[in-house]
Amino acid sequence: MSDNTNIAAPVGLPKLGAPAPQFEAITTHGTLRLEDYSGSWLILFSHPADFTPVCTTEFIGFAKIYPELKKLNCELLGLSIDSVYAHIAWVRNIEEKLNVKIPFPVIADLDRKVANLYGMVSMAESKTETSRCVFVIDDKQNIRAMIYYPLTTGRNMDEILRLITALQTSDAKGVATPANWKPGDMVIIPPPLTIEAAEERVKTKGIEITDWYLSKKSL
Amino acid sequence: MPCVSSDGRLMESGRKLLTVLDQPRTAEETASLALLPLFSVRAGLRQMVEAGWVAQVGLHFQIQEAGRQKLRELV
Repeated sequence: MSDNTNIAAPVGLPKLGAPAPQFEAITTHGTLRLEDYSGSWLILFSHPADFTPVCTTEFIGFAKIYPELKKLNCELLGLSIDSVYAHIAWVRNIEEKLNVKIPFPVIADLDRKVANLYGMVSMAESKTETSRCVFVIDDKQNIRAMIYYPLTTGRNMDEILRLITALQTSDAKGVATPANWKPGDMVIIPPPLTIEAAEERVKTKGIEITDWYLSKKSL
Repeated sequence: MPCVSSDGRLMESGRKLLTVLDQPRTAEETASLALLPLFSVRAGLRQMVEAGWVAQVGLHFQIQEAGRQKLRELV
């Protein structure tokens, strides 16, 4: 008989646009449920292990963008397959050695329940560690974006901020955002869906028209 | 639980929660008055209701005698 009977079986990846899988988990801020975040955006992210170098730089990065995320009504929730004691020791160590306070909770997912719900363990890369995953969950608790990075490569905090801003801009203004978009840049007007609308689009004043299907405007 | 230590003592965040619940308040009002994150307040309220320190009626929460006793223990 396997000695891994308390470890949850992998379920697979969530789907973009689908409701985020609900969970209850032990964290460095007590027992939390995903539903506790309803009404705010959430970045649920995993890291391979506590007390490892790349993860430490990422935690510092996440802590530094946390004030900006809060302005966007967005919370952070970390996760790894470590105990809550390891998390507490690591978070305290980061504060002591690097003078950075980690203000967000970190899930202690020893039984891998949450990691498997979200497909965070890539067995081809590591059977014991979560990859560097980011799940953007909106205020209605739907999955809006996913980012997967390997163990070797730290994530880009500016891109995570940019992604949240772009998603919220799309929601608020009914537009899309082009490659490398940043706040202040022009946004893409959804393309026409009929011949008549396409003919009207190319005659529209006050917007930047490349062709009927690619038009931009300033916000 | 959030707000309470593993040996049952009320933490500062728990004291803040119970203190503002002297009258019925929603989780959002509680978070605003206690200056605590809403997710943390929801988790704390859920567990304080289970412990009998706080009563929930609809969307509103209010401290109960067991919660007042916890606050008195801090003095």
